[in-house]
Amino acid sequence: MSPAARIIAKPLVFAACLLPALKLAAGAFGLAGWSLGTDPVAMLLHTCGRWTLNFLLITLCMTPLRDFTRSTLWLRYRRMFGLFAFFYLLMHFSVFVLLDQAGKLPAIGHEIVKRPYITLGMLGLVLMIPLALTSTAKAQRRMGRRWTRLHQLIYPVALLGIWHFWWQVKKDIRLPLLYACGLALLLGYRLWKRHRFALPFSVARLARTDGVSAAAPPCSANPCTDR
Amino acid sequence: MRRVRNRPGAILPSEITPEAKYLSRRALLAGAVGLAAVQTIGRFSRPASAQAAAPAADALNFTRNAAFSVVEAPNSFRDITTFNNYYEFGTDKSDPAENAQHLRTRPWNITVGGEAEVTGSFSIEDIQRPHPLEERVYRLRCVEAWSMVVPWIGFPLGDLLKRFKPTSKAKFVEFTTLHDPKQMPGQRSSVLEWPYVEGLRMDEAMHPLTLIAVGLYGKDLPNQNGAPMRLIVPWKYGFKGIKAIVAIKFTEHMPRTTWAQAGPGEYGFYANVNPAVDHPRWSQASERHLGAGLLNSRRPTLPFNGYAAEVAGLYSGMDLRRYF
Repeated sequence: MSPAARIIAKPLVFAACLLPALKLAAGAFGLAGWSLGTDPVAMLLHTCGRWTLNFLLITLCMTPLRDFTRSTLWLRYRRMFGLFAFFYLLMHFSVFVLLDQAGKLPAIGHEIVKRPYITLGMLGLVLMIPLALTSTAKAQRRMGRRWTRLHQLIYPVALLGIWHFWWQVKKDIRLPLLYACGLALLLGYRLWKRHRFALPFSVARLARTDGVSAAAPPCSANPCTDR
Repeated sequence: MRRVRNRPGAILPSEITPEAKYLSRRALLAGAVGLAAVQTIGRFSRPASAQAAAPAADALNFTRNAAFSVVEAPNSFRDITTFNNYYEFGTDKSDPAENAQHLRTRPWNITVGGEAEVTGSFSIEDIQRPHPLEERVYRLRCVEAWSMVVPWIGFPLGDLLKRFKPTSKAKFVEFTTLHDPKQMPGQRSSVLEWPYVEGLRMDEAMHPLTLIAVGLYGKDLPNQNGAPMRLIVPWKYGFKGIKAIVAIKFTEHMPRTTWAQAGPGEYGFYANVNPAVDHPRWSQASERHLGAGLLNSRRPTLPFNGYAAEVAGLYSGMDLRRYF
């Protein structure tokens, strides 16, 4: 990618990530014929929740994409996607607190403690706060290896998010199941990558002939990009 | 053009009513029906104009039952007809409005069986004919903790059931929805066990609040709301209100109802609206009232959905935590 294309691409991706939020805002204010439907609070709540999960999985796709394409281009967008996941999570939480529960704090505290699926979601939110706070390049440099360790928290965060989704659907679990399969694939790939050298020799050699292991050296050389 | 005119059944352009004119006729008709309702309540006979007016295909003749109606404003026709839980047509709230349009609701037969003297198969016309229709504005509380207010048109279930002369062995009544995966695409998935089955204890079924609905907002019931005939039990969670009924059976034992089978720990046979008994995963203490906007939708849930004065007596002495 040329330097000029790089300069243009990032704002474009940023704008695209904002589209779901802009659509919701248009619906909330009745702009341009958009509407949030019959149950507007649920629409806001569920859309923000779904985009949190979408961005968590997109973030987790960046390392495999780098491995498969042998291009580190993907990693330039990873922080942005991670922060958008956090942005939609904060919107989701705000809609729950301010609109769904009408800001009644004792009731909200009671719900968080009493409803296991809300407890899980809340735990995911808390775990994401340090990731958002240490997302700067400066923090990344200063923390070194510890940064990589800390940011592995995205795995339990994604797990908690999907579990939280699964637990609140009434009966039709097809969609949460789809998210769970996506996460299983992305985490499974990482496990496989880590342990493939422990596998029998023939399997390891098989793996080495594809693009995966060819991209392995740069990621072990630079711990900051291996997530 | 001549050829077109000669074909039997062809519609001439001149015969098609302009939409504006059609709508104005509808408004006139609605006004006439409203007037008729007021006058009936006032013990006057109906004006001839209301009877003479040729009703549009889907407009119903009914009286308004103010004593059995809540004073809250009903939700819009759009809200009521585009936000439906009707898994036979898909699990999304918007699915039924899209997928139910091709359901054939005529001819429609209902099988009556079990512990009754009069049993057999009856056409929907035979079922409905003797019963004067009334409008009742009822609260609707979904087990998912949202609520609406709906102006149903129908008749008391008890009046219908009496015609079949249930025997002393009839302790419960069981209803079944049409099972036809060709017409009901949701039934091709195994999200629930098909056909959908619901039931009531006989005293619940005979309660004057329990309604068989055949209309909504003065017109025939839209398919996505349970056409041609559905059950409404306003003090119970919405899933008790079985739709597109094809069978009624009087039984000695408690029917095995669909949601109680699907999640025995989460959904009971009684399913009375009860703010004191939570769903195992979410609170039932309050509800989101749809149509109230973004900021003020949360309101407390009332015992028996606000109908406690009328129905609490049915359950005196029962542990409602156990029989949820």
